[in-house]
Amino acid sequence: MSILIKVQSEDFDQGDLHKSLSDNKRDGAIVTFTGLVREFSAGDNVIALELEHYPGMTQQLLLKIAEQAKVRWSLGKIVIVHRVGYLPLGEQIVFVGVSSQHRLAAFEGAQFIMDYLKNQATFWKKEHFEHSSKWVEFKQSDKHALDKWKS
Amino acid sequence: MTGSEINSTGKVTLLFFGQLKERLNCDSLVYTLTEPATIEAIKLDLASQQPNWQPWLCERELLAALNQTMVGNDTVVNSGDELALFPPVTGG
Repeated sequence: MSILIKVQSEDFDQGDLHKSLSDNKRDGAIVTFTGLVREFSAGDNVIALELEHYPGMTQQLLLKIAEQAKVRWSLGKIVIVHRVGYLPLGEQIVFVGVSSQHRLAAFEGAQFIMDYLKNQATFWKKEHFEHSSKWVEFKQSDKHALDKWKS
Repeated sequence: MTGSEINSTGKVTLLFFGQLKERLNCDSLVYTLTEPATIEAIKLDLASQQPNWQPWLCERELLAALNQTMVGNDTVVNSGDELALFPPVTGG
């Protein structure tokens, strides 16, 4: 299968996912991105993130984004894995990997997928601190990231 | 049961996600339509039934998906539809 989309609570193995991307003779380039739970958020120390999503719609949106990238850059394989649930500091959140014949298409295709995922995929993130928690607000800078793909 | 029989019941499934779900303390409800109505009208009606929902439904930026497709607030909702309301997304 050339596009693999998964939304899951379980962790993922980057090595396995990378192997599934390299399983073809056509492509000479693989680019992957992994997003992690980081500590710093506007002065407080994050101890975990909690992610929820809209089951069904999320997978459809991710597939649509992947299909757009596949056509635009003639990508070979695409893997998108996004975790949901309670994710402590340092845990992996998201993996995006693409293969293509040449590197530029792979770099751009992966970035396109992440930019659209952040803007369109139906996930919501809550930051947990030692004694409190707060929902993450949408960032305008994420919206502006789409401008470069609109030409 | 056929699709037309489902549609004759006048029910809309409403789903809430993210901070909205938490603030309303509700993840889903069945809303009864007397006639097709816009998403904006449904939000106003819900806010009039539950005044403490008003700030979260009417004063905050919310997105809407009708049958799992993103739509604007002026979209008309029909019986049998699934309408989801949620804040701007923050995944990745």
